[in-house]
Amino acid sequence: MADKVLMKGNEAIAEAAILAGCRHYFGYPITPQTEIAAYMAKRMPKIGGTFLQAESEIAAINMVYGVSSAGKRVMTSSSSPGISLKGEGLSYLAGADLPALVVNVQRGGPGLGGIQPSQSDYFQATRGGGHGDYRMIVLAPASVQEMADLTVKGFELADTYRMTAMILADGTMGQMMEPVDLELTVTPPPAKPWAATGTGMKRPHNIINSLSLVPEELEELNFARYRRYAQIEEKETRWEEYRMEDADVCVAAFGIAARVSKNAVNEARKMGIRAGLIRPITLWPFPKVPFAKAAGQVKEIISVELSMGQMIEDVRLASGCRVPVTLCNRAGGMIPTPEQVLDAIKRAAENGGAAQ
Amino acid sequence: MKYKRITLLCGHYGSGKTNVAVNMALDLKRRWENTAIADLDIVNPYFRTKDSRRLLEAAGIQLICSDYAGGNLDIPALPGQMYALTDDRSLKAVLDVGGDDRGALVLGRLAPAIVEENDYQMLAVINRYRPLTRDAVSTLQVMREIEYAGGVPFTGIVNNSNLGEETVPGDLLSSLSYAGEVSRLSGLPVVCTAVKESLYPQLEGKIPDLFPLRLQPKIG
Repeated sequence: MADKVLMKGNEAIAEAAILAGCRHYFGYPITPQTEIAAYMAKRMPKIGGTFLQAESEIAAINMVYGVSSAGKRVMTSSSSPGISLKGEGLSYLAGADLPALVVNVQRGGPGLGGIQPSQSDYFQATRGGGHGDYRMIVLAPASVQEMADLTVKGFELADTYRMTAMILADGTMGQMMEPVDLELTVTPPPAKPWAATGTGMKRPHNIINSLSLVPEELEELNFARYRRYAQIEEKETRWEEYRMEDADVCVAAFGIAARVSKNAVNEARKMGIRAGLIRPITLWPFPKVPFAKAAGQVKEIISVELSMGQMIEDVRLASGCRVPVTLCNRAGGMIPTPEQVLDAIKRAAENGGAAQ
Repeated sequence: MKYKRITLLCGHYGSGKTNVAVNMALDLKRRWENTAIADLDIVNPYFRTKDSRRLLEAAGIQLICSDYAGGNLDIPALPGQMYALTDDRSLKAVLDVGGDDRGALVLGRLAPAIVEENDYQMLAVINRYRPLTRDAVSTLQVMREIEYAGGVPFTGIVNNSNLGEETVPGDLLSSLSYAGEVSRLSGLPVVCTAVKESLYPQLEGKIPDLFPLRLQPKIG
């Protein structure tokens, strides 16, 4: 057996999900994530799992709700327009405190948009994605290996906190091929005494529901959920800092934008500019700590995004608006080049935070 | 490499068919004036032969592909021009077919004429580092599915085992026994072992029928 395999990001998500014990996949094809469904269609029947191409994204997310209610690890995947369709289901999963893994391999929008990569669903993902007060744990991989690793992590976090974990990738991450080590460490699912698995005439029925008509009770459910979210913010926030020790220009970027930015930071360093990168790995909870620290150290933070500027709002909040936060972006399926990011770094280094 | 009038490249999704196809077309063109390459991928809207259009045009190779290929319009269209592949027997061509059995379905229209003329080679592009073709048996299963869908039996194997940009010579050397096993089980010869250009000097003489690949740009 070879130690490493050459995989597309989408395939890595699918195989990692299987390794994590997921045996139920429900989806509907949409570029650029269709390889996830295609891979599941090939693999699931061979290992006694279920692959089902639903009649729509809405059906698929409700099938996820059903399997999760029965206590099993379950997932669905789509790309931007399809995730919007799943919005109602995401809210219902939150309202019923059900764990699930949902993958969004983003494409350019809004509307039907295009099939090239984008990060413009950041707002949608980090603010819950549907109606009501709730959050999803949002994981942003920046390599094919991380597509696999964070998929496993996503299932574990979803089970631990009884909520949806979302892999927020983009078309590039889904389509690119890289070697992957599939020797993943998987924690088996915890006991789920709340699941609807049959009473055996020995316990009261477990009722899985998001309907709660007594406002005092519904309020308390919301309060309890947000106490859980506070724990997650404390324990589960993840990020990578790159060459930040002595940096006086900070680049903030996730996913494919972080890969581009890392190249630009290296180029800037060669020119004697002290640039560094903070790469959020969890987009919710957002890594506030490193940005608060950076705000007391650097003269400017540049948010590099494949959108019209969404994460930049969280960067501004986290840095307390103590330093200028500027945007370096492309949109609609375009990707910033390392040169574009390098130019932004050079400008920030020269102007010393006077820009904006 | 020896060529027949028609060289078909089929294989598992992501096995590297397009890279091999473009390089074989360039190789063929050096020996035969009237050379074409056909992009018959109806599975994947990205990483298409058409991405190498400029290179192919500069070399004087006719590119047969859908107007929609590489245009971000995600529809499985085929060009009417593809009938030239079977109708024009002065043409020698390399056919880049989409991945897996789904991709091979496009051969349905062409298979009877190709098989009847019997001047073709149907090559299975295999990569032991792809997750669903890591051993000979699973590779053979994919090959059988492709033959069943496409209606053209394989005649040979292209060992394109690689780990992308991170491939080192050892990866290729350790794939030889795998390719040999696929060959033994299928009864088909390994017609060549493909390797990226930069590794060619290190492996020349160590692997028979080594075929250098100039890697094509990834657009998308």
